[in-house]
Amino acid sequence: MKFSTAASAIVLGLSATGTAALAAEQIHIAGSSTVLPYATIVAEAFAEANPNFKAPIVEGGGTGAGLKEFCKGVGDDTIDIADASRPIKAEELDACKAAGVTEVQEIRIGYDGIVFASDIKGPDFAYEPADWFNAIGAQVLKDGQLVDNPNAKWSDVKAGFPDWDIAAYIPGEKHGTREVFELNVLLAGCKATKAYDAFIASGLAKADAEKACAKVRKDGKAVDIDGEYNETLARIDSNKTGIGVFGLAFYENNKDKLKVATMSGISPSVETIAKGEYPVSRPLFFYVKKAHLGVVPGLKDYVEFFLADQMIGPRSPSVAKGLVPAPKSEREQVLADFQAGKTL
Amino acid sequence: MTEAASRLPVSRLGGPEVRAISRIDIGLRRRYAAERRFRAYGLAAVTIALCFLLALFGSIVGKGYTAFQQTRIAMMVDFDASIIAPDGDRSPAAVLSGNAFRFDDLIAASLQKTLELDPDDEDGLYDGLDLLSKGSAPMLRSMIAKDPSLIGTKRSVDFYATGDVDSFVKGTIRADIPESQRLIKDKHIALIDKLEKDGALHLAFNTGLFTNGASTRPEMAGVGVALVGSLYMMLVVLVLSLPLGVAGSIYLEEFAPKNRWTDLIEVNINNLAAVPSIVYGLLGLAVFINFAHLPRSASLVGGLVLTLTTLPTIIIATRAALKAVPPSIREAGLGVGASKMQTVFHHVLPLAMPGVLTGTIIGLAHALGETAPLLMIGMKAFIVEYPTTPLDPATALPTQIYMWATEPERAFTERTSAAIIVLLAFLLAMNSLAIILRRAFERRW
Repeated sequence: MKFSTAASAIVLGLSATGTAALAAEQIHIAGSSTVLPYATIVAEAFAEANPNFKAPIVEGGGTGAGLKEFCKGVGDDTIDIADASRPIKAEELDACKAAGVTEVQEIRIGYDGIVFASDIKGPDFAYEPADWFNAIGAQVLKDGQLVDNPNAKWSDVKAGFPDWDIAAYIPGEKHGTREVFELNVLLAGCKATKAYDAFIASGLAKADAEKACAKVRKDGKAVDIDGEYNETLARIDSNKTGIGVFGLAFYENNKDKLKVATMSGISPSVETIAKGEYPVSRPLFFYVKKAHLGVVPGLKDYVEFFLADQMIGPRSPSVAKGLVPAPKSEREQVLADFQAGKTL
Repeated sequence: MTEAASRLPVSRLGGPEVRAISRIDIGLRRRYAAERRFRAYGLAAVTIALCFLLALFGSIVGKGYTAFQQTRIAMMVDFDASIIAPDGDRSPAAVLSGNAFRFDDLIAASLQKTLELDPDDEDGLYDGLDLLSKGSAPMLRSMIAKDPSLIGTKRSVDFYATGDVDSFVKGTIRADIPESQRLIKDKHIALIDKLEKDGALHLAFNTGLFTNGASTRPEMAGVGVALVGSLYMMLVVLVLSLPLGVAGSIYLEEFAPKNRWTDLIEVNINNLAAVPSIVYGLLGLAVFINFAHLPRSASLVGGLVLTLTTLPTIIIATRAALKAVPPSIREAGLGVGASKMQTVFHHVLPLAMPGVLTGTIIGLAHALGETAPLLMIGMKAFIVEYPTTPLDPATALPTQIYMWATEPERAFTERTSAAIIVLLAFLLAMNSLAIILRRAFERRW
């Protein structure tokens, strides 16, 4: 009994020191795993350039989880910045405001491209969004009728594609990439094949038709990958006729194993994405708590440091890691908006 | 008696007795065969398990052993006072402030000399700089800040090569694939060959793997912060769960009355030992961070959560050890007039100590490898700086492995396996310690 009293005293003592030492000394960041590599590059460079600030702490966890943590409130034990691979949703912003995070500043840092790649030794692919919709859509148009997807091989989708069983490794539903994939590939393909019109004709409302278009077949030909791109690569390693969806950065690092396909005739690259020619790309963001700006040491400097040309410009380490830079005018506008204190 | 004796010879000649014996024989053979089969099954099971273990270790060690060596490029650096301290102030603070690019200039100058480049050959200079880690300038800067007496001297400094060069030298990036798909271009290979011939480029033991914190550059990434974080957590777990667990089990085993309440507690402890650890992580997030407002990512919170996961294990092991002490010891103690508490603390507990220690160490080893609850409380984070107290943000070995496993660079792949080797070495050491302690204190009755 003596022991347990002593032990509980220790617990209480530790908790007390914990609360006392809580003054936030460093920037705390969490969110999208797509933005994570860029955020860590900037955090590392920021710490190296400013030895008097402590290095920021960067967590991944995903856009949704990061924004949830971000919207918990204002104060020392909440995070200062949430990384996001999609714009914050209206309901998330409402949750933020309800918890006291009334002033949120949005920073757009650049773009991310999604590429379609297969094993390096396989043939070249040139896709249209319609091909992907016909390959992995749940219901497709066949002879003017909506039917459950009958295509078993890529050669069924389009003449000229190899005689491979369809095996597509696509981002899972909680992946930030999934939304872009659904919008720019599946929905675009759905409209191109007129399946969308058929859904509307069958009596579905517009929103429901769009949902039906984005539905993926569940017979095992399309596999959701909820983990990282490494897992997708491992799947392609073991199934040489599989096609995977990757981030541009990941593909650039594994060019010796992967062959990239063109989409609508455009090959994905930093240039084609920055110019908006390559159709499957998305903007990347982070969100800052304005209330923390004067309180957390270095937060304002960190945001400005992030937006410097040396960090996210065309010749920056982030771009070397796969970020697609925004045009200079856009970057300047983002910095000006931040400095003017523009909030959502 | 006589009848039986007279029957014996008859049975030798063959009769009902012989049949009986041979029936026993048949049964024996079958039972022997069953036993042999069972042994074969057992042997097969153990062999298969060993094969899997070997395959696992083989693949981890095979992928990871290269990470313990690292490619370095040794260059003569002229610590030119007019560049480092243009205003004459040589204090560490002055070194750390001011134009950061002056350290890049130092490196460029020494690279030009090492590669014997023409001062106007800027392309050649940049190709050469591609080989050096991008963290070289900050490294040089902190090196000078730590030891300002370097200023004005000339010294050879071992710079890190980039992760890609390292992978190339070790052969994980191969030279025989087309240049457009290769991360290391032909011009770089020519430079690597030249540096290797001069002896500047060499492999050295990778101390940074153990001392550095997180980095986006694989060549500068290490498990240092994770090691310290894991150490702090183990300290917290030991300080809290050993006294709590031992005291709790002594009370339950020796003092508590046997009634419905203690039965309920016992059932609950056994159930808690089987609760998935992620549940403890969620509990820790809700109680320690959101309610008690302890800092996120702190090793104290990690330690508290891991204490919860290890407590049931320690209590169960301690109670088993206490149960194994023969009642005669207690009776003898009570018999010579010792109080119940004296009996327990002077006689029973010392005899149960080997079991208690074994249970604790195995519980700690289990906690050391625990990942899931740490993900919930923010210990999977990019943390560069060493934690000075358990309240500072830190990572842990298993979460560091998890983070490296998701990095695309080749050099991180080998570091992932290397970190696993480090973790396995710790687990092996702890389990061996448990065995040694048990052997040393074991008492037989």
